[in-house]
Amino acid sequence: MHNMSTPGPVSTTLSKPLSLWRRATNVGFIALASAAAVLVLAPLVAIFGYLLYKGIGSINVAFLTNTPKPVGESGGGMANAIVGSMMILGLGSLIGVPFGIGAGIYMAEFGRGKLVTLVRFTADVLNGVPSIVVGIAAYAMVVLPQQHFSAVAGGVALGIMMVPTIARTSEDMLLMVPNTIREAALGLGIPQWRATLQVTLRTASKGVITGCMLAFARVAGETAPLLFTAFGNQFWNLNPNQPTAALPIQIYSYAISPFDEWHKQAWAGALILIVLIVVAVSAVRFVTSRGTMANNA
Amino acid sequence: MSTPANSDLPQLLRIETHVGAANPAVPRAELPVVPRIELHSSRISKWLDWIFRNVLLLCSLSVLGVMGIFFYELTSRSKLSIAKFGLHFFTGQTWDPVSGDFGALPFIYGTLLSSLVALVLAVPLAVGVAVFITELCPRALRGISSFTVELLAAIPSVIYGLWGIFVLVPILRLHVQPWLAHYGAWTGLFGGPAYGIGMLAAGIILAIMIVPIIASITREVLVAVPQSQREAVLALGATRWEMVRMAVLRNARAGIMGGIILGLGRAIGETMAVTMLIGNRPEIARSLFAPGYTMASVIANEFSEATDDLYLSALVEIGLALLIVTVIVNAIARLLVWSITRGNSARSNA
Repeated sequence: MHNMSTPGPVSTTLSKPLSLWRRATNVGFIALASAAAVLVLAPLVAIFGYLLYKGIGSINVAFLTNTPKPVGESGGGMANAIVGSMMILGLGSLIGVPFGIGAGIYMAEFGRGKLVTLVRFTADVLNGVPSIVVGIAAYAMVVLPQQHFSAVAGGVALGIMMVPTIARTSEDMLLMVPNTIREAALGLGIPQWRATLQVTLRTASKGVITGCMLAFARVAGETAPLLFTAFGNQFWNLNPNQPTAALPIQIYSYAISPFDEWHKQAWAGALILIVLIVVAVSAVRFVTSRGTMANNA
Repeated sequence: MSTPANSDLPQLLRIETHVGAANPAVPRAELPVVPRIELHSSRISKWLDWIFRNVLLLCSLSVLGVMGIFFYELTSRSKLSIAKFGLHFFTGQTWDPVSGDFGALPFIYGTLLSSLVALVLAVPLAVGVAVFITELCPRALRGISSFTVELLAAIPSVIYGLWGIFVLVPILRLHVQPWLAHYGAWTGLFGGPAYGIGMLAAGIILAIMIVPIIASITREVLVAVPQSQREAVLALGATRWEMVRMAVLRNARAGIMGGIILGLGRAIGETMAVTMLIGNRPEIARSLFAPGYTMASVIANEFSEATDDLYLSALVEIGLALLIVTVIVNAIARLLVWSITRGNSARSNA
């Protein structure tokens, strides 16, 4: 593959050497494509590098155990926001995971006909609906009837955002299970629901779990839909029916504040958020890959 | 598996070994370990199957339901503003919550301009990266390159915004904007005071955010171009560039277009990073240095402060417009991408 850009021995003996223009455009193309790769890589390195540099310096025990303090007082933290984020994400997963996997199973196992194509298409389109619009819908569905902000409203918004991702990845993973396995299970006379849940879904479980984690990571950093659903809170709150602090909201409000101390805390919060996301994703990668090794051994 | 100890296991497990033997393409490790299963009487199991199927049907109908609820809620909650302003809502330039006069044109302009800046910067980079990964990159680096692109997509919007405020904006203000003002003033796009924060900063951060989306779709589409096309063109004596241009890009252009439109959809709806960088001033200015405002940002900033019904209704109408535009944009993009990649989807059992 690599030698094809330069004329090999065959082409020099059989044909004219490449014209200067063709050689120049080829070199220019390779240079531009490589430059694009470097240019895309640069912001990633810059963001992660700066995040580590600023974040590590600002994280301390107080940050992880305290609630926010007023301006001027040191020793504030984001403990309530970390716990609040977990709570909202947990509520979101309770909605997103079952509906997402259910829809994925239906599309993969009963997926013939126009209805399923429509669902698949709608899921893809729903994936592109801006998160702020999902926030307005959750506000209208949960906050307005209840007349107050709550973690539940935030969970509904995030759960809705998880469904299309989980449904589409689960479907793709289930479709990779060979039909012979389905036939073998059904051929034994077990009912379809057990064959699907205990054989097909189990075979595809690794991929399905990975899909759920990807959806989780995607919504974990979402801020816009939480602004007017979970709303944020400066104090401890463990009641899902009350306004609840969330890490992304806290980062946002500290980042746009004019205080240095709060900027530091925003960086620390951002680092924690990224670490949570990366740990969640790689934990699943680790567990699922260990499963494979155990099976192979 | 056929050890003597196996003989007292239930029938099921022996059949499992049979499946493995008959189908060598399936690695043994992938086979499920089937637990002992007791058969139900057929009437109960028929009922359970019926319930199972319909519960799953409900789950997938929920996707359609959510879309329906979005449209219903946003339409019904914006009735007040739709009735009062009609189409004038999208051409009016005043946004005055105090006197109850709402026109969304500055936000529409800001959304379109920032997305356009983002596309102009992101498309060449994204297509370049995708071509680099699929056609040029040594095989060993391929995994790392695509992983890096995926990683960029996993960074939350609010962290892009944070980085933008404290790193990108100072660089723009001190280095990039003076240079642009000096050499690009004749275009009229780079006039006025350089705050750092403004349309340009928002466009750049959007570009960084949508590169991974466009690049990963483009990569998917490029991989779908049959290898034989490349080989045929190379065999005729084409250089690498000619091969990419004639065999790869030409065959993949509908899919690449789909990826670009998908990136546009993301840029239009992106909220937090833009809100943190665009300056949030509802003005229509030609210069990219000037602050602006987008549809998503105005919702993020003002929604929880909107006190009277008309104000809230006007904000929801902006949300409705965003919803309609992104649904159309994404529908077009998906159809384009599907038209290219349908041939080699994951449907291995079809």
